[in-house]
Amino acid sequence: MIEIKFFGRGGQGAVTAANLIVQACFKEGKFGLAFPSFGAERRGAILNAYARIDNNPINVHQQIYEPDIVVVLDKKILHMANVVEGLKPGGYLIINTNTIPEELNIDGRLFIVDATRICLDLNLVISGWPVVNTAILGALSKATNIIKIDTLIQIIEENWKGEVGRKNSEACKKAFQETYEVVLKSFTRR
Amino acid sequence: MIKEGDMVSIIEKKEGISNVKVVTANEAVALAVKCSRVDVVGAYPITPQTSIMEYLAKYVETENLPIEIVRVESEHSAMAVAMGAAAVGARAFTATSSQGLLYMAEMVYWVGGSRLPVVLAIASRAMGAPWIIGNEHTDVLLPREWGWMVLFPEDNQEVFDTIIQAYKLADSTLIPVVVGLDGFLLSHTTMPISIPEQSLIDSFIPKNTPKPYALDTANPFTHGNAVHSNVYLEFRYDIFRTIQEAEDLVDEIDREWEKITGRSYGGVIQEYLLDDADVAIIVMGASSGDAKQAAKNVREKYGIRAGVIRLRSIRPFPFKRLTKLANNLKAIGVVDRNISPGVAGMIATEVKFALYDLEKRPIVQSYIGGLGGKDIKVSDFENIFVELSQMVEGKVTPERAKWIGLDLSLVEQYFEEV
Repeated sequence: MIEIKFFGRGGQGAVTAANLIVQACFKEGKFGLAFPSFGAERRGAILNAYARIDNNPINVHQQIYEPDIVVVLDKKILHMANVVEGLKPGGYLIINTNTIPEELNIDGRLFIVDATRICLDLNLVISGWPVVNTAILGALSKATNIIKIDTLIQIIEENWKGEVGRKNSEACKKAFQETYEVVLKSFTRR
Repeated sequence: MIKEGDMVSIIEKKEGISNVKVVTANEAVALAVKCSRVDVVGAYPITPQTSIMEYLAKYVETENLPIEIVRVESEHSAMAVAMGAAAVGARAFTATSSQGLLYMAEMVYWVGGSRLPVVLAIASRAMGAPWIIGNEHTDVLLPREWGWMVLFPEDNQEVFDTIIQAYKLADSTLIPVVVGLDGFLLSHTTMPISIPEQSLIDSFIPKNTPKPYALDTANPFTHGNAVHSNVYLEFRYDIFRTIQEAEDLVDEIDREWEKITGRSYGGVIQEYLLDDADVAIIVMGASSGDAKQAAKNVREKYGIRAGVIRLRSIRPFPFKRLTKLANNLKAIGVVDRNISPGVAGMIATEVKFALYDLEKRPIVQSYIGGLGGKDIKVSDFENIFVELSQMVEGKVTPERAKWIGLDLSLVEQYFEEV
């Protein structure tokens, strides 16, 4: 079973991202389960969303404590929460950022993408906020290969018709292309 | 639950794939209400139930469905709408949670006493004070004393299926039915579900069942009018025996559903690894999956012969099946995500009542946990299985109630000074 933990802010679409993963998994013949962190969700507040993926039916409902993959939708969250807490050794950390994070203590692989700029370029903006969720899924696909990019595009276009669907699938594709792995000396291995 | 084989065959054959949807349990409820051809819905929002009504409103608007959604000013009126609709023979539905149920309570009791086959979905949530939206089952369990049946599914597929089964149960017994679903753990969690052909559902819950209660101007009678003590007791007795006798009916409805969909949940109880079990956990709802995983784990890790009794039906209470299973068990841990203050978990007290007359009673230990949405982990269930085996060996003494994940330092911090 693969467990994914998203860090986002209310309004960035982290919960939708987790749901889209389940839909995409199902298209690929796998089982999935997605759920949000449960609080009084407020726009801008840090929140978590989670997804589980497996080849077999999933019936475990406990929270995710040791994710295989952590996805961060806003780089500022790095200073506000310990995003790598519980990350499995050899796990993946995927961050939406335009700067290379200087200090991260992980035993795993780091991938980054500037999803915010991709969304601003495409004018994928709701109420003044770039909605980076579909872009970050492109990054997830590139970094981990757990879901094919084609499946993601298909799911995105099933969920949003017309112009909105086109912009979102474009963001997803662009992020897929632009995501890269960072290997830094300053990384301290556990 | 969709089994692995089902999904593979659906995907391989590309057959009926349009009937598989990835949805939250709230959407599963709304889809089931639509498929049950409900006529009237009383709608009032409360977290975590709200999106049930939002999905229903969307279907009605976009698919032009003949469902009358009545938006009201309170839960009390939402149930009054359902009651009025059911009283003239229409199929009625409403949904609520927590404080909403408490405010609705008076009408819930009226519907129970009036023997009207309403179905009420409760997305479970703890109750204030202090103010909280997290998951807890205490609200779902309250109507078990109010003349209603109470069913509690485990996952989104079963939520969909159970709503439809609830109409069958209500129509056959003239007892209204609560379907509880774990707030957030299911209500806001997405999973794939398979939706049967509409014609199968139509034949499973036909709308032309006898409706002796339906008000009719051609044949006028009164309903719920003032009575004296000479008949009130008899009204209650009939509700009592009807619910008691429905135990077999819930099993039967489950078997009938299996015939048309291939899905069975075991009726009143779903049994897991119980054939050779010494110790078992009784649990309901979404956490049952975690308990099952724990049973598998402790069998592998420690050789403890552990199993899970998943309670699907709280009313009718599964006396027959439970006593039969208990005969072969040495200890039972009842994990209640609810509380009867000063006593124990609510299900634990009922389990003890059900098993008291057995010649060879197993140890029954009440565990209270998960209140207000606190996580119950797989490892918590594993620890319970270990503790139950230690009780069997006499190394640990049972207590009235044990607590899962209780932080006593917080209790000291907040309450000792007071």
